[in-house]
Amino acid sequence: MSTTDSSTATPITQGKRRIGDVVFANTARGSGVLILLILAGVAAFLLIQSFDSLSANTANFLTTEEWDANTRENPAFGVAALAFGTVLAAAIALLIATPVAIGIALFIVYYAPRRLAAVLGYIVDLLAAIPSVVYGLWGIGYLVFQLQDFYVLLERYLGWIPLFAGPISTTGRTMLSAGIVLAVMILPIITAMSRDVFRQVPQGHREAALALGSTRWEMIRMAVLPFGRPGVIGGAMLGLGRALGETMAVAMILSPSLVISPFLLQSGNQTIAAHIALQYPEATGYGVSALIAAGLVLFAITLVVNMGARFVVARRKEFS
Amino acid sequence: MTTTTRTPSTGASGDGPAQRQPRLLSGSLPRFAPPAVLVAAALVSAGVLAALGAFSWPGTAVLAAVLYLVAIGALSTAVENGRKAKDRMVTGVVYICFALAMLPLVSLLSTVLVNGLERLDGYFLTVSMNGVTPSMDAGGVYHAIVGTVAITLMAAVISIPIGLFTAIYLVEYGKGRLAKAITFFVDVMTGIPSIVAGLFVVALWMMLFGPGETNGAAGAVSLSVLMIPVVVRSSEEMLRLVPNELREASYALGVPKWLTIVKVVLPTAIAGLTTGIMLALARVIGETAPLVLTAGSSAVAINWNLFDGQMMSLPVFIYAQVRMGGAINMERAWAAALTLIVIVMLLFLAARLISRFFAPKLGR
Repeated sequence: MSTTDSSTATPITQGKRRIGDVVFANTARGSGVLILLILAGVAAFLLIQSFDSLSANTANFLTTEEWDANTRENPAFGVAALAFGTVLAAAIALLIATPVAIGIALFIVYYAPRRLAAVLGYIVDLLAAIPSVVYGLWGIGYLVFQLQDFYVLLERYLGWIPLFAGPISTTGRTMLSAGIVLAVMILPIITAMSRDVFRQVPQGHREAALALGSTRWEMIRMAVLPFGRPGVIGGAMLGLGRALGETMAVAMILSPSLVISPFLLQSGNQTIAAHIALQYPEATGYGVSALIAAGLVLFAITLVVNMGARFVVARRKEFS
Repeated sequence: MTTTTRTPSTGASGDGPAQRQPRLLSGSLPRFAPPAVLVAAALVSAGVLAALGAFSWPGTAVLAAVLYLVAIGALSTAVENGRKAKDRMVTGVVYICFALAMLPLVSLLSTVLVNGLERLDGYFLTVSMNGVTPSMDAGGVYHAIVGTVAITLMAAVISIPIGLFTAIYLVEYGKGRLAKAITFFVDVMTGIPSIVAGLFVVALWMMLFGPGETNGAAGAVSLSVLMIPVVVRSSEEMLRLVPNELREASYALGVPKWLTIVKVVLPTAIAGLTTGIMLALARVIGETAPLVLTAGSSAVAINWNLFDGQMMSLPVFIYAQVRMGGAINMERAWAAALTLIVIVMLLFLAARLISRFFAPKLGR
């Protein structure tokens, strides 16, 4: 540690290069480099394996809606409908989850009794521990039936908004159901991130606000939320990344069709991840390669979102 | 119920000799006001819905919440002032948010418990689906448990050394660009969709072994892609908690750096490291999507061999049964889900207990 100053090194300060140290340091560095290689490998292998089908594709990959890839002759497929469905489901989830998550984080940090706060935080974390396939089972085996009444009301009173236009699906296996389940799944992620930043709000800011006679809400609005905003945005983006890539819950709940449809209460739409999981076992011809191409698109989208999230969070760290 | 503290004059008119209150304190609602209003709101909304013949628990809850917010806002505006009214309403909203989060958790756990217990018994846990047709009233998850254990163990064997050594590099050695790049990309890697990890292994296996090769090892590799970043992140945090004085004391005694890490740093952090690893295990043990792609979704027999043939696992079992869609399949899926949740919760609990009881005493 203290012996690297080579120019003025004397034999006394020059540490011995022990074989154990060299091996250990290089193993550690090697593991780190291996991780970078794995990540690069993910991108590279997906690129290589998707090349086959992309060069054989007779349709525009980015603007075509249908998926006709399980053939050796003139495959025609594209991700337009899938990408739309992916973004739509994630957007619904984000719209529902973010405000609730901010509320939960505020509750845990500023409203709940101090003793209870840790336990409550742990309980919210439990939501993150439940496997996505169980969420899917719960969604298809329980939640969609419960939501059906709500959907009927929604269509009756808000049906004039195109999003909620009827006729509503009788099974409840709709985009909105998938979005609601995704919202539950990303709730703990956004909550954890927001909770962390809310906790880091300097005590001076909060006490100053209170000393000026502000109520608790005014203190939160003026001291906590401005300080915590980058953290909340970062958390929301991480949640978005998770929602974009979530497979099983969507695959099990949504009754898919490959069209671009903005009607949340009718069956239809499909996400990239769910499409891959459903199609893969039956893929023939260019099928697998085409699915890998779709996976590449998903990878690119989530990579951009996650890098953006990390960037936002990291920038906040520099300021605080 | 709000007149007692409103103004000095009402206080005086109330009971005998005036307990004069300073003008500075304007009226405020008594402490019991919010719960009282909440109870009243719940009763009123239940009554109204019952009178309309449309009583339901969710309806009552929604109506009561709205009613509470309106009532407490109005009451507070009347007695206190607009700012306090807003504060009370926000408080209500925040509490409702938390209740909203509890709702799915309680609902999910209770549904899985109730539906899962119907079929979960010793028989279900100890037989496989070998020779069982989908709609037969028989069969169990033993083969899936075997697969889950084998695949998860192999994933752990791959990920723990890589993850731990990377964390050691980042904390003990890492400086400069490489460490920064690794930190950033580990963060990015935590966000890789699980299905993409599965596709990666599919692509890799296609190049190495030709198309259509599915086995447990492929599943384990795809799970490692998901597990490594989690292990790195948690281990890194734990290693950073080890006080620098311990390292310096060790160096001062002439102990080489690598021995310092092995004999001083790691033992100090061992509880936290174990906790992190168990949480990582709990996370990947429920992964479904990559296993559907890599380890197959149609195995029915017990298979301990990671390198030969399809391997069933608990999450994939649930998914496959749901896809079949019959009543008996749903029963199996619920029972398997209960099994999976119990395993995950045990891992979670063990992690918490380890971190609580074996955490290093940092003192001070």
